[in-house]
Amino acid sequence: MNEIVESLQPRFAGIKPRESSDHPAIQCPVGFILPLIECLRDEFDYKLLSDVTAVDWGEEESPRFSVVYHIFSIKAAAHIRIVADCEDDENPSVPSIVSLFPAANWHERETYDMFGIRFEGHPDLRRILMWDEYPYYPLRKEFPLAGIETELPDAEIAEETRAKVLAAPMMGGPFVAKEGEPMSRSEPRAKDQSWTEWSKKTLEEE
Amino acid sequence: METQSSQVGYNSKVEGDVIVTKVDAVINWVRKNSVWPMPMGLACCAIELMGVAASRFDISRFGMEVMRFSPRQADCMIVAGTVTYKMAPVVRRIYDQMADPKWVVAMGACASTGGMYRSYATMQGVDRIVPVDVYISGCPPRPEALLDAMMKLQKKIEKEPSFKQLGKETEEKRVWA
Repeated sequence: MNEIVESLQPRFAGIKPRESSDHPAIQCPVGFILPLIECLRDEFDYKLLSDVTAVDWGEEESPRFSVVYHIFSIKAAAHIRIVADCEDDENPSVPSIVSLFPAANWHERETYDMFGIRFEGHPDLRRILMWDEYPYYPLRKEFPLAGIETELPDAEIAEETRAKVLAAPMMGGPFVAKEGEPMSRSEPRAKDQSWTEWSKKTLEEE
Repeated sequence: METQSSQVGYNSKVEGDVIVTKVDAVINWVRKNSVWPMPMGLACCAIELMGVAASRFDISRFGMEVMRFSPRQADCMIVAGTVTYKMAPVVRRIYDQMADPKWVVAMGACASTGGMYRSYATMQGVDRIVPVDVYISGCPPRPEALLDAMMKLQKKIEKEPSFKQLGKETEEKRVWA
């Protein structure tokens, strides 16, 4: 499974196989991202970039952010995963791979939007889902699902309607079914999580 | 002395061709049967909205088949779908561009309350930025539900004073969350 990693190791000092339950995975220092992915693309036929995303390991962890690339080889019908830990936990950044895969453009913008990881050398690093002035990075661990109160994107409309971006009422949620229980008990409604803001849950959280 | 009204009542030449009524009734009757919707299609509800416009459900039975993609030519905004905070100011701006009198239908759970999207990105009900006249439940609502809502809107238009709200989008017409 890890022949590729072994054959690459002499050329890229510091890369190592990474524990994975599915595809072969490489732990890669940030500095090797560009040459490693270029090598995989040109010499190992990993020509289809299927995903760029990131992981936030939590505020206390260091390294806190890892960027994850999934690349697919059409010839071998196989994926490979490359993971790079960002060196800076406050202002994480990695080199952009748009020069190798144009498809990475929007993936990197989304990762920047959600995690605040800067992709150095990206031709147009703007937010893609949230609006440009939005002050938070929603997929970071400290960001609550309900959101944080802030201003609407359009100041004129905000003044006219006096509306704001408000934290969503969670009403006992998030309503996520738990694993490993029968449906009758794992479904949120089974816990009598109330649909109103004011009444209490009858069953205790386990 | 012959007045106009006595002519209507007693002149056998015009009797039967003249209807006496109120201006409100006539104007509202005209308005309610030619509501031009502005399809604010933002998510899957818009697919049901298209279904309503097609032959099986046929919204033109109510005189509402003239979907206008320009707010200047529409009087009823059908907000069909999830309103994100990024989109909300756009929805409001389009509403502002519509000519009076105008109405808003919040179609489906998302437009009415945020629906299943209890998250940082979704406005919890479009009534936080525009005054909503009719809410439709469902995720997405059946086309019949939209037709029912449009009939309810017709009933509402029927009862409105036809001139009162013209030209001034007043505080009382606004709905704030």
